[in-house]
Amino acid sequence: MSTPETPAILPFETPVADLESQIRAMKEREDATEWVEQIRALEESREDVLRKLYAELSPADVVKVARHPGRPQTADYINNIFRDFRELHGDRRFGDDPAIITGFGRVGPFKVLVVGHQKGRTTEERIKCHFGCAHPEGYRKAIAKMKLAEKFGLPVVTLIDTPGAYPGMGPEERGQAEAIAVSMKEMSGLQTPIVSVVIGEGGSGGALGIGVADRVDMLEFAWYSVISPEGCAAILWKEANDTTNAQAASALALTAKHNLANGIIDGIVEEPTGGAHRNVAEASERLERHLVDRLREVTRLNPRTLVDRRYDKFRQMGTANPQAS
Amino acid sequence: MAGTPRTWNDADVGTVTRKKPVPEGLWLRCDGCGSILFKRALENNLGVCPDCRHHFRIAAPERIAQLADPDSFVEFDADLTSEDPLSFVDIKPYTERLEGARRKTGTNEAVQCGTAFIKGRKVVMAVMDFRFLGGSMGSVVGEKIARAIEVAAEEDLTLIVVSASGGARMMESGLSLMQMAKTSAALARFDQMGGLYVSVLTDPTTGGVTASFAMLGDVILAEPKALIGFAGPRVIKNTIRQDLPDGFQRSEFLLEHGFVDRVVDRHDLRSEISSLIDYAGK
Ligand SMILES: [Zn+2]
Repeated sequence: MSTPETPAILPFETPVADLESQIRAMKEREDATEWVEQIRALEESREDVLRKLYAELSPADVVKVARHPGRPQTADYINNIFRDFRELHGDRRFGDDPAIITGFGRVGPFKVLVVGHQKGRTTEERIKCHFGCAHPEGYRKAIAKMKLAEKFGLPVVTLIDTPGAYPGMGPEERGQAEAIAVSMKEMSGLQTPIVSVVIGEGGSGGALGIGVADRVDMLEFAWYSVISPEGCAAILWKEANDTTNAQAASALALTAKHNLANGIIDGIVEEPTGGAHRNVAEASERLERHLVDRLREVTRLNPRTLVDRRYDKFRQMGTANPQAS
Repeated sequence: MAGTPRTWNDADVGTVTRKKPVPEGLWLRCDGCGSILFKRALENNLGVCPDCRHHFRIAAPERIAQLADPDSFVEFDADLTSEDPLSFVDIKPYTERLEGARRKTGTNEAVQCGTAFIKGRKVVMAVMDFRFLGGSMGSVVGEKIARAIEVAAEEDLTLIVVSASGGARMMESGLSLMQMAKTSAALARFDQMGGLYVSVLTDPTTGGVTASFAMLGDVILAEPKALIGFAGPRVIKNTIRQDLPDGFQRSEFLLEHGFVDRVVDRHDLRSEISSLIDYAGK
């Protein structure tokens, strides 16, 4: 599933873009110092407009924000949050999948193992990372390094950001389904704390493959769903276009708020005004604070209790008539 | 034995009596070889073409009747039905789709679970039904599979899951997705307790079902030429923009690549499973 190219200025952001070009024009004037008041006023209204726009984003718009080319990715958060990061490569079976990064790092007082999908920024990187769509090697690397973390008592932090696991011939030959299934099975019993955050796209099994955690949270404008809106529209509406994609995005209840309401996630990490892509430094600080808080919570519990509670957490997800006893 | 047509009489199977009259037409054309087959004869041959061994898709009740000793299947959780937690509407409301599927199949959901005997060996059996919304896994399917695993764990019984599914059910979105984690976690516990889990893959087994319990069997059996994969062939074709080779994502392809243990003719499933139970000392 290829992600459609997302423009730097999202369609619903045009009022902001207009204000920004006005601000830029004023700042570029030779007599800009005379316009300080006006510039400040414009900047304030820009903040206001952004806040209002982002407070009422449609699910389809959230998907666009989650895919914004400037949105911070796992590698950005690793640079900004984790000190002394030591990347660990390879699944010891077939290869090293750049679509999932794993390595040791320090955050706050914690030594952790970081695991995260990586989409890539430049065209070259994006092709290398298959746009964040992992191969079986990625999941096998992830679980192998998590086992290492378990062995040495390090908590695991996973950052989820994928349109979905890669649909290709190689992945099928090498057991994409088996790799994801085994990863979930092993994570469910991993005797060390696991904290997950959906930082962008949470596409289906490819996302959940590194998402069986003690705490699962989402960034405010991330999405998490069983299928992409485009995939859903193509199947259920028989055609994917702007209208049906938007309908599918709404129907799939894929926003952070919806997922919280449905008991799928534990919390929402607020993004800077206008989304993480507008202020990567602030987004990183917020995520860091959040991770340290969550790690404090989960590292208080002994591994056995954690595993039991992790089991119960996923065991009770879903609804049925009559209600499960 | 491939290629040798066998009838119900010489196959070692349980109750294959299907009392329902053939709904439309007495004859059908085989998807495998094009032969015209008498429907009743096909049913008596377990839904396998006597000419080319093509395995037709079969419904859960038929599958249970084929696998279990006569009258030994005792269903549990049959009354569990899906809610519509997201009030999902595409071109049709989910509630209408559910209602239609219930009417069409006469069952409440896309999986039937229960205890049964296979050649005198007691097992827990979960059998998916592709007729019910493409065998898709929503909350109820996940819940029923998880309960089946737990019953097998509590009673120290062999677990048999026969999969037939297009994957996770879109109309429950994230809740469907989480069933993958739920069932995999339940299997992790069952595994730790030393339980035997035989996963039987039938046409088709794809998506979130393959990427959870279907691929986690201690032993994985597959019916001949069943489509088994993570991504659907159409999605792969659209992504890589090239035609897929013959036999891609079929049982024999998975066997060759090391992801199933045995490709087994439907007539041999009972003896295969009972033999595995004996080897595991269950
Ligand atoms: Zn035939």
